[in-house]
Parts: sequence; C-alpha cells; structure tokens
Amino acid sequence: MKLKNWKEVTPGAVCTEAGSALKFKTGSWRAFKPRWIEENCIQCLFCWIYCPDMAIEVKDGKRGVYRYDYCKGCGICALECPGKKGKKAIVMEEEGK
Amino acid sequence: MAKVVAVTGNEAVANALRQVNPDVSSAYPITPATDIMQRFTSFVSDGKVKTEMILVESEHSAMSGCIGASAAGGRVMTATSSQGLALMWEELFIASGTRLPIVMALVNRALSAPLNIHGDHSDGMGARDCGWIQLWSENAQEAYDNTIQAFRIAEHMDIRLPVMICMDGFIISHSIERIEYLEDEEVKNFVGEFKTLNPLLDLEHPVSYGPLILPDYYMEYRRAHAEVMTRASEVVLDVAKDFEKLSGRKYGIFDAYRLDDAEIGIVILNSAAGTTKDAIDSFREKGIKAGLLKPRLFRPFPYEEVGNALKHLKAICVLDRADAFGGSYGPLFIDVAASVYPYKERPVLFNKIYGLGGRDYLPEHAELVLNELVEVSRTGKVKTFKEYIGVRE
Ligand code: SF4
Ligand code: SF4
Repeated sequence: MKLKNWKEVTPGAVCTEAGSALKFKTGSWRAFKPRWIEENCIQCLFCWIYCPDMAIEVKDGKRGVYRYDYCKGCGICALECPGKKGKKAIVMEEEGK
Repeated sequence: MAKVVAVTGNEAVANALRQVNPDVSSAYPITPATDIMQRFTSFVSDGKVKTEMILVESEHSAMSGCIGASAAGGRVMTATSSQGLALMWEELFIASGTRLPIVMALVNRALSAPLNIHGDHSDGMGARDCGWIQLWSENAQEAYDNTIQAFRIAEHMDIRLPVMICMDGFIISHSIERIEYLEDEEVKNFVGEFKTLNPLLDLEHPVSYGPLILPDYYMEYRRAHAEVMTRASEVVLDVAKDFEKLSGRKYGIFDAYRLDDAEIGIVILNSAAGTTKDAIDSFREKGIKAGLLKPRLFRPFPYEEVGNALKHLKAICVLDRADAFGGSYGPLFIDVAASVYPYKERPVLFNKIYGLGGRDYLPEHAELVLNELVEVSRTGKVKTFKEYIGVRE
C-alpha cells in the first residue's frame, strides 16, 4: 500500500472509513500463538467475547477458526476458556517453535 | 448598536459566551477564572442560553468533556487558570492534535509552588507550544472582542484548531472597566451557524477518533498541523477585518504603538502594555522616540511580521511576566529575538522579568526600562541581558 503524504492525511487523524481496521494487520506483533483444540471445546464462545480484537471467527453460532492476521497473542482467550472436564480447548504456543 | 457598560473582564467574557450560545461547555472552577463559568452557569440555569453544561470533578475531565463534545459535532467552550490549565496538559495536546475547534478563556495566573492566585503568564507560557492558537488581551474590551473572534478563527475550515484567549488574572479579570458590548443578534450573526467536520454523531457517516498512529504516519500528522499554524495569521486578520466592520474596533496580529519612527522599543504582553504606553507618551513629550509592540496573536508567533516591525529600532527591551527556568531568557524574549535574528542590522536586545505572582508593574518600572533603553541605544552596550525588575535584592 502506498503511504499517504502529509497533505493527504485527514485532519486530526480521524478515520472516515468504517471498518478500516480490517486493513491493519497486527498478527506480526504476536510472540505466542493460540491453538484451538476442537474436541475440548464446549461452544461457550467465551473466547469470542473476550478477544479484544476480532480474531476468532464465529459462523452459524459456532466457534470457528482463528483469524491469525489480527491475533496479537495476548492469551486472554486461553485464560478464559473453560474447556471440557479440566482440559483446555485453547493452548498458547511459542511462535517460531 | 453598541451598549456601553462598566464590567469586569470576567463578566465581559461570560457575556460574550452567552451571546455566542455554544452547544456544550464542560468546566471546573479555579481562581481567577471561576467567575466566568459561575456567571455562565447562571445563564444556563436561567434559560438565557441553550448550552448543555457539564459540571465535572477536575480540569482534566473538563477538557476531556470538551474534546468529546467537540468531536461529537458541537460548538464548545470552557475557561480555566493556572493549575487548572496544568491539569489539562495532556488534553490540550489531544484537542489540538485532533483539530477540535474548542474555545477556552485562560485567565492568566501564576503556577504553584509557592501557591499564588495572582496574575502572571507562567500558565499560558507553559502551554504555548501545545498546538493551540493563543490570543492575548490587554483589557476587558479586547478579551471580550477576542472571545467572539476566537470562535470564527477556531472553526474556520482552513484552521479547525482550539483557541485560547488569555487575559491577566485580577488586573483584568476582576477590575471594572468601561467597555462596549455588541448586540446579541450581531454576535450571533458574526459567529454564524456552527459547521461540523467529521462529527461522531453523524450516524450516516461513521468515523473513529483517536487512532494509534505509528512511526509510519505520526510525522505526517505533525507536519500537517504545522502547516495549519502557518495559515492562522491570515485567518486572524480576515476575522479582525469583519469584526472591525461590525464594532469599529481594529485588531491586528499585534498592536504597534508609536513604533514607526521609534528608535527604542518595549515588547510586552497583556495589561502591562497599557501602563507602558503611558510611559512612552511621557518620553515622547521629552523628545525621545520610544515605541511599543504588544503581541495579540502569540501562537502561532508571527515571526516575519514582528521582525519587520522591529528591525529598524536601535534597542529593544522585552518584558516577560514569566521566566523560563534554565532557559537563557524569558519566553517572549526568545521569540522576539528569533524574529529579528534574520536581519544583518538588528536592534540590541535585552530582557526583564517583571510582575510575577501579581507583583505590581508600575509606571516607574516602565520608565526605568525606557531610561536604560536610551542609554543602550547611545552606547550599544548592555550591562545585563536578563534580569528581574521590581524584586527586593
Ligand atoms: S490470543 Fe488474544 S488476540 Fe489472539 S485470539 Fe486470543 S484473545 Fe484474541
Ligand atoms: S472459550 Fe474455549 S470452550 Fe468456549 S468456545 Fe472458546 S474454545 Fe470453545
């Protein structure tokens, strides 16, 4: 994407385009990557509601895959995930391992 | 038709704000500015204005409220002094960086410690580089006139920046003067309907305010802000021209008093300029060619125009009502020096710090400075480039 010069930026850095955060991919910030273990998932959707970005897809009311382009690896989903019978449905793994 | 009244500076500014009738105000009381908002909140309670008044718990919140309301798309104003302005510090930059046309009256007061409630310029000078436009006012009339003009300047589509109107605490804010009010209708027409720019409450065109701007874009926004500042002078002059048609009162970006043929000059802000003009008159009567320059638009500082107006003088004394600790000179001096610096032949400059914490500035102080200027213009030699006057040694 060609960067704008100072004459082209909007006054006061106001974003006038709705949903433009989609273009701002932050996945490269990640040091830890969440992995979903579907068999331990009880479909509570806690992960979806707690994710500070929108990095967890939900389709037809069901927990879907990670959108890793937007996942910063904060680990909140893994912390909040109740899992099934003591077994987490989300684990954090170090990137590059 | 103008109406002549005897009022304090605060009363005059509060009345200007009533006449402008802004959409929102968010404020917290602090001496000596309290009186402005106290009077204004009475106007709100009495139904004299339609303003939505937000009473908050601190100045940090007062400016935050103004920022939110301005981003939402309203015409917004507030007032503060000293510690209040200091507590707004973070918000001042957010208001200007977000290009929000908020208008704020700053009743200049010394900063603590030691605690002091009286007039000096350390508050306004501390905030001089925060990206706001600053208009300084000599008396209640100018404070009233500046307040009205400030809305037009701030809201101008080429500008969209917050404006601070400065006037001296107590000396102007609490002293009664004869001033002329415009009619309510005249002020209403002069400021016109508020025009929004990307308002948050326009649900048809959703926008976001305050995004994170990383190193790949931050400089572009700062550069754009700097560019807007360069346009301010012209807009200030245009608005002043329209205001003159309405009121008969003429304003420039600075006031040049008996300066054209002057050989020595004083540069000074706000109320002390009045006292100084009297001293200059008495020196003129003695055949001494003295003059004065009083900046009105202090931020952005009109370097070229000030330099041009001062370059022919032999000697200039800049009087600062604030010190810049650890800096070599007072803040006004630094800008005046920069404005004459490009000229090969330039006046000799020196700096006096006066009137801190409300210490009286008397005619004898102006005379002392003028006598020294006469001496310096003769010899070309300055004994002390910066010193405090009116202080016990
Ligand atoms: S790690 Fe954080 S950002 Fe990534 S999906 Fe989980 S909650 Fe969202
Ligand atoms: S929080 Fe855990 S159990 Fe709940 S939906 Fe997400 S992955 Fe499944």
